[in-house]
Amino acid sequence: MKREIPLLISMAAGIFVLIGFFVPHPAIRDIYDDIQGWVIIVVAFTYVLGMANLLRINTEQIQRRAKDWPYKLALVLSLIATMIVGFFFSRGSHYLDDGTGFSWIYLTFYSSMSSTMFSLLAFFIASAAFRAFRVRSVEALLLAVAALILMIGRVPIGNAIHPAIPQIADWLMEIPQNAAKRGILMGAALGVIATGFRVILGIERTYGEGGGT
Amino acid sequence: MSAFFANLRRLDRRWIFLTVGLLVVVPLLTGFHIAPVLPSARARGFYDAIEKVPPGSTVLLAGDYDPGTIAENYPMHLAVSRHLMRRNIKIIAVELYPGGPPLADQVLHIAGAEYKKREGYDYVNLGYKSGNEAVMSAMGSAGIPRTFPADRSGTPVGQIPVMKGIENFGQIAMIVSVSAGYPGTKEWVQQVVSRYHVPMVAGVTAVSAPEYYPYLQAGQLQGLLGGMAGAAEYEVLVKAPGLATRGMDAQSLAHIFIALMIILGNLAALPQRTPGAKK
Repeated sequence: MKREIPLLISMAAGIFVLIGFFVPHPAIRDIYDDIQGWVIIVVAFTYVLGMANLLRINTEQIQRRAKDWPYKLALVLSLIATMIVGFFFSRGSHYLDDGTGFSWIYLTFYSSMSSTMFSLLAFFIASAAFRAFRVRSVEALLLAVAALILMIGRVPIGNAIHPAIPQIADWLMEIPQNAAKRGILMGAALGVIATGFRVILGIERTYGEGGGT
Repeated sequence: MSAFFANLRRLDRRWIFLTVGLLVVVPLLTGFHIAPVLPSARARGFYDAIEKVPPGSTVLLAGDYDPGTIAENYPMHLAVSRHLMRRNIKIIAVELYPGGPPLADQVLHIAGAEYKKREGYDYVNLGYKSGNEAVMSAMGSAGIPRTFPADRSGTPVGQIPVMKGIENFGQIAMIVSVSAGYPGTKEWVQQVVSRYHVPMVAGVTAVSAPEYYPYLQAGQLQGLLGGMAGAAEYEVLVKAPGLATRGMDAQSLAHIFIALMIILGNLAALPQRTPGAKK
């Protein structure tokens, strides 16, 4: 039953969501709305589950003094400290309001560190480009030339060098890139449809693995 | 020359990092200017679409990003908030990224103060809701007030003047999606635009922009801002040069340097690949 019940729930939810997308009749629509409401609640609970899992795994590794355990300790302490500040030190305001401790943590630590991680991309891309765009074949040459045109054509200096550069960059993006992207999107969409039907019809059961029999 | 290429082959990557760092930091600190920003057709489409929204109507502003992509998304988020408020268009802001609400608050408060708009009357931030596409879909079928029963501060939507008369996407003149990935622009197109035919424009990160070109070409998106360059083009169009415009000179130099590195890297590797060349 541990296997069959989740399967039946998935099938029923899949069928109603599929029908509800196309049929606006209230009888279908009410169930469709309820299912979506459940999805929103279930997704919210997955955050709690994710946090509990994060705490469990990292706490175990800290206890075992596993590799890089000090970083894991910093992670766990930061998580707990942020939660305590958010729950108990908002001075009567909403925890996200300006001036609260949680807001201070968000702006001072989270925001700065997240932006720093993203900024590091500039350095990684510089180094990767130096090595990755090695011309070893005709295809690699085409890729490198396209990359160079796009890199220069996408910034104002490209137009200053020659007005044709941004025009060629636009053509590359709108014609060859778009054609390839459409093909990928259509292929992916067909795959999603096929997987969706497999789930609805109970053929695809891998998501229920580990639930016992 | 061969000694130069030999040295280049042995170049410590930290020199590249240092150069990129300097090329980015120096223009930002000194205000060094290289070339003017010229708006693309995609940015013009974005601008024109918002210009067509009648004053007094309501726009849904989805700020689906977090501080990780502030450099690209925040300038466009701020610029579009200014543009909407300047045109007296009401804003309902929602976020599907947990880290998004404070950023949406910031841009709305900055633009609101500039154009003397009142929170609750001219704009509202309904905040974050988990559920990804299900939230978008529920906003259309169950309705916006049922999906977001209160704003970010906990005020019931029934008590918020800007929400008066708003039931679902039927009362929304346009969706403006500022997106860093999933859930974001693609999901808004698939769940809302294709179903409720609400006009939509999007501002996205540069790395994800190519993904949205098919939607732009199909007319499902009326305009697209890609990365900091797109944000800078839009800032020029709304005549409010800001963070993105300042960043374009830094980005121009960094791009030129990386392009140069690609060319030099290949030239340095050339003797090694030439048949019969000494190793």
